[in-house]
Amino acid sequence: MKGTLANGPAGAAILSAGIGCFAMGVLAVVADGSKAVAKLLTFYTPTGPLSGVSTVAIVIWLAAWLVLARWWGARTVAMRRVNMAAFVLLAIGLLLTFPPFGDLLLGK
Amino acid sequence: MEVTLRGLVSLMHGLLFGGFFLMAVSGVVVELCRSAYAKEAPELTPRGYRLESIYLVVTVALGWAAVLSGAYLVYPWYRAALPAGVVDLAGYPQRLLLSKATTAGWHTLGMEWKEHVAWFSPMAITMVAYVLVKYRGTIGQHPEVKRAVLAFAMVALLAAGIAGFWGATIDEVAPAQGGRMVMLMGSAK
Repeated sequence: MKGTLANGPAGAAILSAGIGCFAMGVLAVVADGSKAVAKLLTFYTPTGPLSGVSTVAIVIWLAAWLVLARWWGARTVAMRRVNMAAFVLLAIGLLLTFPPFGDLLLGK
Repeated sequence: MEVTLRGLVSLMHGLLFGGFFLMAVSGVVVELCRSAYAKEAPELTPRGYRLESIYLVVTVALGWAAVLSGAYLVYPWYRAALPAGVVDLAGYPQRLLLSKATTAGWHTLGMEWKEHVAWFSPMAITMVAYVLVKYRGTIGQHPEVKRAVLAFAMVALLAAGIAGFWGATIDEVAPAQGGRMVMLMGSAK
């Protein structure tokens, strides 16, 4: 059996997953509400804004993971607080992807 | 036995990648739930841990294959712009759905939800796999980590379920068909 690993790497992975999901939700709503943003996020024309929305969300997720993993690599972090932040971000992200909720925010 | 290229790629996206991903994530969720009630943390042999890692890597790969094939192969066919003068909407699923008030919801609710929420699955399951492999055999010492991993695995399952449900039903109402014919078995005779 291995010795106890610090929970920092797990905390970094969990919080960054929450950040990535939140970014996905925010970008989906913003691209839906602004033609200029939608155009800016059209990285691949046949796929439309979804190409940029998903790519940017993935970049944000991986960047957050990289940064947090460097900060928390060998540290023990307050997992309860990390989980709470990750769950809140995840829940908001999920809610934002639900079109009726996004439309409500955009006043459609 | 022939099928259109778009039909075949849609099948691979939905049934092969998406379907197997749903089954694989279900397995992860069941195992995490089961271990939450285990009296002792289950210990595997080195070969067992290797096989577990392979299972998780394959699960992650299926998740990414499902969203990437969906976004970059099937979705462009779904949202293809209607050329001027074309009145038959059969090859333009999004246009077909939006052409009637009774079917528009399949796009405005179903596809618009599916196309975004689906990405939660590979992101969440990648994190889950990473943590399970990194903390193999010791995750029981981190109950908060285990709780988060289970929650994210459930979200991966939920998001894939939402995407799978809408994908299957939309394909039923307005399938992505067309392209050259592909012979799966037998000959063209």
